[in-house]
Amino acid sequence: MAEPQHTTSTGHAPAGEHKAGFPPFDSHSYAGQLVWLVIAFVLLYVLMSKWALPQVGGIIEGRQKRIDDDVAEAGKLKTQSDEAVAAYEKALADARANAQAIANETRDKQAAAAEVRRKTLEDELNAKLAEAEKTIAATKTAAMSNVRGIAEDATRAIVERLIGVAPSDKSVADAVADALKR
Amino acid sequence: MAADPIHQFRIVEFFPVAHIGNTEIAFTNSALFMFAAVIIITAFLVIGTAKKSLVPSRLQSAAELSYEFVATTVRSTAGSEGMRFFPFVFTLFMFILTVNFIGLIPFTFTVTSHIIVTAALAITVFLTVLFYGLYRHGLHFFNLFVPKGVPILILPLIVFIEVLSFVSRPISHSVRLFANMLAGHITLQVFAGFIILMGSAMGAIGWIGGILPFGMIVILMALETLVAFLQAYVFAILTCIYLNDAIHPGH
Repeated sequence: MAEPQHTTSTGHAPAGEHKAGFPPFDSHSYAGQLVWLVIAFVLLYVLMSKWALPQVGGIIEGRQKRIDDDVAEAGKLKTQSDEAVAAYEKALADARANAQAIANETRDKQAAAAEVRRKTLEDELNAKLAEAEKTIAATKTAAMSNVRGIAEDATRAIVERLIGVAPSDKSVADAVADALKR
Repeated sequence: MAADPIHQFRIVEFFPVAHIGNTEIAFTNSALFMFAAVIIITAFLVIGTAKKSLVPSRLQSAAELSYEFVATTVRSTAGSEGMRFFPFVFTLFMFILTVNFIGLIPFTFTVTSHIIVTAALAITVFLTVLFYGLYRHGLHFFNLFVPKGVPILILPLIVFIEVLSFVSRPISHSVRLFANMLAGHITLQVFAGFIILMGSAMGAIGWIGGILPFGMIVILMALETLVAFLQAYVFAILTCIYLNDAIHPGH
């Protein structure tokens, strides 16, 4: 019934061809379409499953893996840098504490040395002072004993001048001692 | 004759290739566009991703997008176990999508506008579901037809309805795609025919009036582009849903 359609392969088909029916429902073409569909579909399936999809999937997986690796690497580096910062800060704190300790020690040492020097100086000065005081005391004693002699001489001279008679040494000495005692 | 809206669905035989029994198998326009689709899809995926760039080019990005799109659809519909059918669903989706899009180009042939093609694809899915379901779950696969918690009295009716809906799946699955492609292309051709008709019947005024159906064609073309994608997607997602039944037959 659809003989002309089935055998001719030209575009300028006779008008009778259109009367042959609606092409999608023309069962004469079914076998051919099925054969080509099976070949094309199986070929495409094999190409996709064996070649194209593993390639595309591999790229996507590779990228995902790369991203994961990079993120992990970045995390590791961040931990490292954090550690480095912590170590640096610790070193800084240690150095500061060390410097503080050295400064304190030095200050204490110098203070102690200054103290010692001051003490020796003071002792020396005290010793000199004591010496000087001793000298003064000796000089004073000497001067005091001289004062008695001078006073006795002056008394004797004054009495001799007043009464013309030189008093005895003993009475003069008594009188001077008596006067000094007062 | 060009205005005949059915003309575009004609199978044109180029040259005979083989005989099966009494039937002559010839290389046809349908076969040509099927292989064109195979070549385009393979080239798109393989050449697009040939460089394996870490930062993809546009073509590679599109190829990866199609991969991820289908993979996400399969995984979200049929679970991670459904990923064993990923190459199958991907092939179906890309094949239908590509032949649909090729069909939108004027003077080409739409492979999916023939019921035999969509029926063959739908029956392939149906048989895959049936055989994988039986292989995987044995007779437990038929639990698919026995929903839990149904009163024993109406159970036979429910089972009957379930079996009927299962068996009619390939019909709705194939007719949906076929009818959409067919109707869209007929509509486009009819409106295109109006332009010719008005032009030849009314001269200059008719050609100017032809702007109206031409505008209609532009709008329909956008719609058909959407339909071409949507029907490929619907076919793929229904395949995933049916495969999910084969993997997890419990309701």
